[in-house]
Amino acid sequence: MIARDKFNRAFDGFFIWLAMKFRSFVLEVGALARFGIHGYRLFFTRPYRWSELVTHMEFIGNKSVGIILMSGFFTGIALAYQIYLGFKLVNATSLVGPTVGMGVMRELGPVLTGLIVAARAGGAMTARLGSMRVTEQIDALEVMGVNPMQYLVSPRLMAAVIVMPLLTGIFDFAAMFGCWLICIKLLEMDEAAFFDRTYLWLEPFHINEGLFKAAVFGLFFAVICTHRGFYTKGGAEGVGAATNRGVVLSMVMVIASDFFLTSFINMFYNVFGMNNWK
Amino acid sequence: MEVVEIHDQPVSAISIKDLKKSFDGREFVLNGMSLEIPKGQITVLIGYSGTGKSVLLKHILGLLKPTSGSIKIFSQEITGMTVEELTKLRNKFGMLFQYAALFDDMTALENVVFPLKEHRRDLSKTKMVEIARARLKESGLDEKHYGKLPSEMSGGMRKRVGLARALALDPEILVYDEPTTGLDPVLTEMVDNLIVSTHNLRQGTTSVVVSHDLYAAFRIADHVVMLDSGRVLLHGTPQDFLNSDIDLVKRFVAKGVRKELQVHDSQNGNGTRTVE
Repeated sequence: MIARDKFNRAFDGFFIWLAMKFRSFVLEVGALARFGIHGYRLFFTRPYRWSELVTHMEFIGNKSVGIILMSGFFTGIALAYQIYLGFKLVNATSLVGPTVGMGVMRELGPVLTGLIVAARAGGAMTARLGSMRVTEQIDALEVMGVNPMQYLVSPRLMAAVIVMPLLTGIFDFAAMFGCWLICIKLLEMDEAAFFDRTYLWLEPFHINEGLFKAAVFGLFFAVICTHRGFYTKGGAEGVGAATNRGVVLSMVMVIASDFFLTSFINMFYNVFGMNNWK
Repeated sequence: MEVVEIHDQPVSAISIKDLKKSFDGREFVLNGMSLEIPKGQITVLIGYSGTGKSVLLKHILGLLKPTSGSIKIFSQEITGMTVEELTKLRNKFGMLFQYAALFDDMTALENVVFPLKEHRRDLSKTKMVEIARARLKESGLDEKHYGKLPSEMSGGMRKRVGLARALALDPEILVYDEPTTGLDPVLTEMVDNLIVSTHNLRQGTTSVVVSHDLYAAFRIADHVVMLDSGRVLLHGTPQDFLNSDIDLVKRFVAKGVRKELQVHDSQNGNGTRTVE
């Protein structure tokens, strides 16, 4: 009887804990959504922050180009080589190009770019806003009659959404270049067959799908990282903790939302009768 | 607790009535505070930590909404104002933060130009720079430091830039939040002198200084307001403050005097023992 009571209490406790966690998750998502909508809305109100937008685009975009090129190139090489080894068994090596292309452009390109940029620029965004919060610079803006959301957050949100598809395009290009290099120059595959198959199987909407995903990932990581930074509490330690939480949550969101985005896009293809698989 | 009003107040710049603020709905940080801050004078708000000084300041600046009560800035009720109205109102304020709160990616000059760029778009860039240079000069910053970033400046230099930035828009009310906290006695005196000289240069400006530094309060204040438990315990001149019979005030004065004597003794000081 006592054991049964204990079990019941533990069972109840578990569900109460689960309900509390779910409640805080829902509240958190609500707060992030409100923050994001408010941030984007403010971007289109006066005074417009064009110069801040360009500054943040330069920071998120230009300064990530090197690492994106390298990552894309090596991803393309590794993926092409692995696929080549598998396809060789069934004598289908001419399909390495389109397979790498589809994988990179629809999935790996936006996801890896999202992860890399979330870690690099997202972390920097949280740390910057967090340190501004704890050193009262955000309060100073408010006292000066400058809306800190509009001045600090809105241009960052907009810059991330604009720049992420561009970076993904660069990643895709670097990956396909890596794929071509290893297939043609190292594995000595037929170049004409490589390009012919790639043109045959890859469609512009495959590229667009990846670019759309990249913009959504940019939106997610920018909202999460700026929100974490903007509401940082507790000095230098708080900045560190906020940066850590912001980056981790952004990366999880990029990976988790990828599945839902893929499902949504496939649903879109079905509704509009676009031939997804030839 | 009995609130003691010692002096008849001149025209008020800031008028606060029955101000209450609770963050959790149970405990009141400000508990029915009423206070008149006279126009054109230096008022120092002092009190122990946690008595509601900073919360009061945030209410005056419209950064916090009260649970109940009224705040009037130049007879204008601010508690029901929209964000846009508050933004407009804040142009009347200039604030020097505890650690200056300078934008760390901007030079000293850019920090002072910033509020002009935001609110005086009618001015040319050259004119903005000219005004910023004049404010920096007024605050006593040497011209060779104008191009330095905050990380390359000393605490005293940062305070000077912070003050210049606060003065950039010619505010009617200057607010100083713990301006001497964490500074050595020499810098403390420098900042106190800066507050007084700025006030003297700008006749008609109302200055509100939040501090727990009793020595500073006596050096610069026309009026001293002591807060306790979210209410005004005493409001009067520094002399009224010294002559007060309120137990808490006497204890605060005694501790302040002892601390002051220790500071001067440790400096081998035959320094001025101003509180006698």
